[in-house]
Amino acid sequence: MRRVYLDHAATTAVHPEVLQTMLPYLQDQFGNPSSIYSWGREAKAAIENARAQVAVLINADPSEIIFTGSGTEADNFALSGVTDALDQRGAHIITSKIEHHAILHTAEALERKGYKVTYLPVNTEGLVNPETLKEAFTEGTVLVSIMFANNEIGTIEPIAELAQITKEHGALFHTDAVQAVGNLPIDVKQLDIDLLSLSGHKIYGPKGVGALYVRRGTRIKPLLHGGAQERKLRAGTENVPGIVGLGKAAELARLELAERQTHLTELREYLIDGVLSSIDHVRLNGHRSLRLPGNTNFSFEYIEGESLLLSLDLAGIAASSGSACTSGSLEPSHVLMAIGLPHEVAHGSLRLTIGRENTKEDIDYLLSVLPNIVKRLRSMSPLAPKGGLSHVQ
Amino acid sequence: MYSEKVMDHFTHPRNVGEIENPDGVGEVGNTVCGDVMKIFLRIKDDRIEDIKFKTFGCGAAIATSSMVTELVIGKTLQEAKEISNKTVAEALGGLPCQKMHCSNLAADALHAAIDDYHKKQKVSG
Repeated sequence: MRRVYLDHAATTAVHPEVLQTMLPYLQDQFGNPSSIYSWGREAKAAIENARAQVAVLINADPSEIIFTGSGTEADNFALSGVTDALDQRGAHIITSKIEHHAILHTAEALERKGYKVTYLPVNTEGLVNPETLKEAFTEGTVLVSIMFANNEIGTIEPIAELAQITKEHGALFHTDAVQAVGNLPIDVKQLDIDLLSLSGHKIYGPKGVGALYVRRGTRIKPLLHGGAQERKLRAGTENVPGIVGLGKAAELARLELAERQTHLTELREYLIDGVLSSIDHVRLNGHRSLRLPGNTNFSFEYIEGESLLLSLDLAGIAASSGSACTSGSLEPSHVLMAIGLPHEVAHGSLRLTIGRENTKEDIDYLLSVLPNIVKRLRSMSPLAPKGGLSHVQ
Repeated sequence: MYSEKVMDHFTHPRNVGEIENPDGVGEVGNTVCGDVMKIFLRIKDDRIEDIKFKTFGCGAAIATSSMVTELVIGKTLQEAKEISNKTVAEALGGLPCQKMHCSNLAADALHAAIDDYHKKQKVSG
């Protein structure tokens, strides 16, 4: 059976060149970067090379990159580390309602410690309104954290403007750019960003490695205490193969960025047009153009997301959904609720995210099976109008 | 995550559809949590002569709906009343534990349909 992977926002396959770069560091060059002999020095040099590769992708200085164990850790580090360092100055942070749980649950943990958190709303397309940010500042606001682009609906936030407003109010600006890095050009200097989270496995690098960019001079305290690794900001022996892999993935992302953007955007538009023209009672969630190049997110009325995913899986297609069943709770995705979808429409959501190895044939295959799956599930649904639905031919 | 039996009932659901002028209809669940099950009954001499279902929901919701119809078709109303959500889940070879509460409502829909039948009998009787 044909297999088509359309869940690149969940994770990606390691790029073959990335894998080749990593392999020596699992075997011959296994040294601990803190050791002074040659094995250690080689590992240390490899990490510093990777740091430079990551830095150049976002126009940072290598000394501003701190490697972590994941994008989630980078998000936790940014929020907890900055609030901890600035606790004398204030105890208020601002974020949005559509952040990844790595941000939202960290913010909730800070609330339990006594911090005040403002969760900015978004419009129906998932955009944060800069005016609402202006109104949210208080005397004690120390940090604003708004994601660069949303992982579910792909909406790209007005980061330059939000960072500028934040600077005017004397707070620090963090962005969770886990989905955006490698898919969009990012220049932290031009955008005036203080902190930025990124992850290896979303950009064809390995899992278990991420990084936080921390602008020089920014006060932050470590999450993990121990050895002096990462300038005492992230203790623990470095994941050398992972870091080397992230570095190579960042380099490839930089070299191939324009090409990837064109390829993904072309396939995205082809997929969106194909779905909207072959299926009725469907809506595209997110913004039509301010959107990650590989992201599509639809809601199919009258059906539920998990049965959609199961049916697609039976046809060899990997996708994801924001339905309650797949979110692991009784509520559908907080992102889909925040953009104002009714519950039953949120339950019928389907995210298809395209990657570098996908082809037009993959999309054609999806388009050849999806309409029938939707039709079958609707024929079983008590919510569908009587007499069935006409399908556009 | 799902047993083979669940996947069989999901891919080949039994007794999908509606019954015209049914003797009893039961609906449970709501769109907030993402599961709505509707059961239609044709009753003759206190027996379930025909049963159909329509379900909006996840794989477990569809499979349990299908299974409950198969379990009770041809059975007396008394026998049908003894079927519980647990019986349905067991007949499917079990359900993932997070599904036991949210999507395992098919027997409730059946019981609601039987109650509806009794109510209609009282009115017409």
